[in-house]
Amino acid sequence: MTPVLSCREAIRETLAARMSGEPRMFLMGEDIGLYGGAFGVTRGLIDRFPGQIIETPISENSFVGIALGASMGGYRPVVEIMFMDFVTLAMDQIVNHAAKMHYMYAGQITTPLVIRMACGGGRGYGASHSQSLEGWFVQVPGLVVLYPSTPEDMKGLLNSALDENSPVIFLENKMLYDTKGPVSSEDFRIPIGQARVTGAGDDLTIVTYGRMAYLSQEVREILGNFGISVEVIDLRSLKPLDHECIVASVEKTGRLAIVTEASPLAGVGAEIAALAAEKCFDYLRAPIFRSSLPDIPIPAATSLEKAIFPDAPGLVENLIDFFFTP
Amino acid sequence: MNRIPADLIPRRLRQLDTMLRIRYFEERIDKLFAMGKLGGTCHLCIGQEAAAVGVTEHLKPGDKVVSSHRGHGHLIAMGGNLEKLFAELMEKETGYCRGRGGTQHLCDAAIGFMGTNGITGGGIPVGTGLGLAAKLDGRGEIAVSFFGDGAANQGTFHESLNVASVWKLPVVFVCENNLYAMSTPIARTTAVQDIAVRAASYGMPGLIADGNDIHDVEEKAGTAVKHCRSGSGPVLLEIKTYRHKGHSKSDARAYRTKEEERVWQENDCILKLTRKLKEMGYGKKVEEIDLRVHQIIAQAEAAAASAPSADINRVAQGVRA
Repeated sequence: MTPVLSCREAIRETLAARMSGEPRMFLMGEDIGLYGGAFGVTRGLIDRFPGQIIETPISENSFVGIALGASMGGYRPVVEIMFMDFVTLAMDQIVNHAAKMHYMYAGQITTPLVIRMACGGGRGYGASHSQSLEGWFVQVPGLVVLYPSTPEDMKGLLNSALDENSPVIFLENKMLYDTKGPVSSEDFRIPIGQARVTGAGDDLTIVTYGRMAYLSQEVREILGNFGISVEVIDLRSLKPLDHECIVASVEKTGRLAIVTEASPLAGVGAEIAALAAEKCFDYLRAPIFRSSLPDIPIPAATSLEKAIFPDAPGLVENLIDFFFTP
Repeated sequence: MNRIPADLIPRRLRQLDTMLRIRYFEERIDKLFAMGKLGGTCHLCIGQEAAAVGVTEHLKPGDKVVSSHRGHGHLIAMGGNLEKLFAELMEKETGYCRGRGGTQHLCDAAIGFMGTNGITGGGIPVGTGLGLAAKLDGRGEIAVSFFGDGAANQGTFHESLNVASVWKLPVVFVCENNLYAMSTPIARTTAVQDIAVRAASYGMPGLIADGNDIHDVEEKAGTAVKHCRSGSGPVLLEIKTYRHKGHSKSDARAYRTKEEERVWQENDCILKLTRKLKEMGYGKKVEEIDLRVHQIIAQAEAAAASAPSADINRVAQGVRA
């Protein structure tokens, strides 16, 4: 009987299992000790691993840089950025230092650093606590960017991230921490750069990730009732991107919809659209459809926030209009 | 400068040798740029040699150093390879970083030199993290973070000193105050004119050394390093110094007076030491060292110049470890 864990539990147990075997691994971040982290991910870990939980002052740029320095000194730090929005304070150390040092120093050092961040909207926290900024990071050479959506993917990809010798941006949608799913108790890895087809289909490909992967599944079921067979691809890994999976699917279905909760401009969604236009031109039967948030700061009022996020009936209607209405 | 005690003469001669290696290397780089033979830019530390030599005097194997954009001197003082350093600036495959890093992103991990840095203040948290690693390792090793007066206003300086103090990390924060952040005089940007005063804000000792006096730098650095190795936490060491040349290669230095430059240059760390050594009867030794260093620099340059250029075919490799 496969255990069922929440995303939060899957992350916590993976961190614990790895810290047990690796005394040089430690967690670093704000309130990750007794408080257990803003989202409770590290709850209880300080009792089990007192020497491996380091709580920091509120100094994101420097504590990311400190973790980077420690990684160059032979340690494996896992940094928690409380809200992805706060990563703006640490951008210099991530972009100009962590991502580039291995290359600039011609391989003399490695920087095995995992930076976990809680991202995404839906809690009414407002514009500075709800963003999805992954589009920025995929543009930075030297970073690995992961964004799993299920508890099993959290475990498998976090394990892979902890094997990686390059810096990894590990994104956790804050609305998914309570979401449960089966997670094998085996010690397993999911390869970085491998997407998952969560439901096969022939008429339409939806490429998605994060919380929108669940919305896309809902949409798939509804469209199935209309006789439209949808293939959903949950990317899981944003950099590197699984080109083969996307291309194979679009060549099969000829129709591509991209569903994200990020900016409509120049992000991962735009990248996938460009990729499909370049590699699948002869197979496309229709233009490419993109669903994202509008180009506005995310409003705090839960009613306003809800209005700007897509919902299943609305998305279904838009997809039928776009692809299946002459 | 005071009379040098007899038992310290060999050390001072050795330190002169190192300071001259830095000086003559930098002067040669300056010349090569002026001749149009090098690409990119450079930030020369001519005049600041004693800061590098006096601090690194106290390092042991296992200690780590992080530097700034003006770091050739730190690397040479730690025993860096002159040929590999020339080769890096000459864009050779045999350079420290195979041409990928250049002057601002140098690294010699084998000797603990964990990088020059292109972002003002960018190395300070990294040095602090190396101090954390040293503390966790428990072998009495330390980290040194070199930066300038300009970086002492960057957020990373304040954050890192605070964290290092709270966590009692073995880090010597060395501020080489050469009075100018690029073209901007410290009086116009900084609320305190002695950076060392800021140590008190972060609960650590603050020391000031005269960068023109190798003895003073060595002594103050020794106190700082001893404090760190004993597990007492970090120290801020400010070294008052001056760069003879401009901020970078394209700098007419209009923001400094000729008179100010003259006063510092005529009293620089190398001149003061050689004057004292000559006074004490070591003039011949000084000349020998001078000649030998010139030869060493020339040999290193020639060897570097004859190496193959950085390999374009492999430029895209080695991004992900």
